[in-house]
Amino acid sequence: MNGGHDLGGMHGLGPIAPEAEEPVFHEAWERRAFALTLAAGFHGRWTLDRARHVRENRHPVDYLSSSYYEIWFKALEALAVESGLVTPAELETGRAAPGPDAPRGHDPATVAAMLKRGFTARADGPEAAPPRFRAGDAVLVRETATPGHTRAPRYCRGKRGVVLVDHGAFVFPDTNAHGLGRKPQHVYSVGFDGTTLWGAGGDPRLSVRIDLWDDYLDPAP
Amino acid sequence: MAGSHHGAPPHPLAARVQALEKLLVEKGVVDPATLDMLIDTYETKVGPRNGAKVVARAWTDPAYRARLLEDATAAIAELGYSGRQGEDMVVVENTPEVHNLVVCTLCSCYPWPVLGLPPVWYKSAPYRSRAVMDPRGVLAEFGLDLAPEVEIRLWDSTAELRYLVLPERPAGTEGMAAEDLEALVTRDSMIGVARALSPADRQASP
Repeated sequence: MNGGHDLGGMHGLGPIAPEAEEPVFHEAWERRAFALTLAAGFHGRWTLDRARHVRENRHPVDYLSSSYYEIWFKALEALAVESGLVTPAELETGRAAPGPDAPRGHDPATVAAMLKRGFTARADGPEAAPPRFRAGDAVLVRETATPGHTRAPRYCRGKRGVVLVDHGAFVFPDTNAHGLGRKPQHVYSVGFDGTTLWGAGGDPRLSVRIDLWDDYLDPAP
Repeated sequence: MAGSHHGAPPHPLAARVQALEKLLVEKGVVDPATLDMLIDTYETKVGPRNGAKVVARAWTDPAYRARLLEDATAAIAELGYSGRQGEDMVVVENTPEVHNLVVCTLCSCYPWPVLGLPPVWYKSAPYRSRAVMDPRGVLAEFGLDLAPEVEIRLWDSTAELRYLVLPERPAGTEGMAAEDLEALVTRDSMIGVARALSPADRQASP
């Protein structure tokens, strides 16, 4: 979606403000929101692609004026309800309604093992579509204006790049975020010249490398 | 960031977070001990000191450096770092001719096992909007002036690969042991917005 999250190349957003000796969390509620998001996510009721879509699928004013953990938490409430982890009434009242189907939370040892193992989106098995490109191929990023989730940023659509690395096959976020299947396909690191992306004012000594799924690309004429 | 001072009004979301936590615990959907473990893990155990060990090892062990650049996930796992948000790692090496810089323009993708959770500026709109368009200006804002002939490779982590910059080993560190070199490797140098510290920088910093 062409949302407020797709920030590459926007102007007017002000100076970068690094904070010296920055703490990992700034407020107690951020700690809890972070941990709740991970712990609830471990039930597998939603994918990371779905979570990203719910975070970005909001009014750009809301997105840009919210802190990162504010967005995370608002998305967690929405994900918990849409996945049935809590009912709207429970969220409203804060009281658990009797029901048989709430999954049991994982204990710390189980979660520690899950963190260590991770959740790779790599899917190199037989279900993966064969690669249509290889290193050295010139490609054009497809134009798209999907209202759904996509990881092809606006600033590279329609631009010409060169495939630099084939990273193997990964689950396709555009379908996976919407329950339309994993559709694994190859992801490539595609290099774009600064002047291709930003015109004559672009940095001639800049190469922007973007990781793009096979379905985002066409062969360049 | 506002609001962390004693006596400041509570954040508008604080009560909602507390309510959802209470609800999920009451339903048995989350184990409160797990929440505490998750916070402790990312506040005290997983952070940029992990990445610094990877970099210092690469600076002192050419065979390790070669493995790291060839298969970063496996080489980083050799040091015990793996898992969530670092499942598929790529390490990119700075040289006198090439400077690498990492961003996630679409959200906040960041290699957790080696750098921990990202700082606020990395997730912020100013960094995400400008890094891809004006990286030299961004680097200058961080106090890093690159010679105009240096090529910048800007990695936008739009997919599930996670990037770690291998900074250049500072001059004047010949013969230093890996354990001493680790102190020169900052978080920012592994994102690409800074160089590794020189021994003199290190002595000057608190």
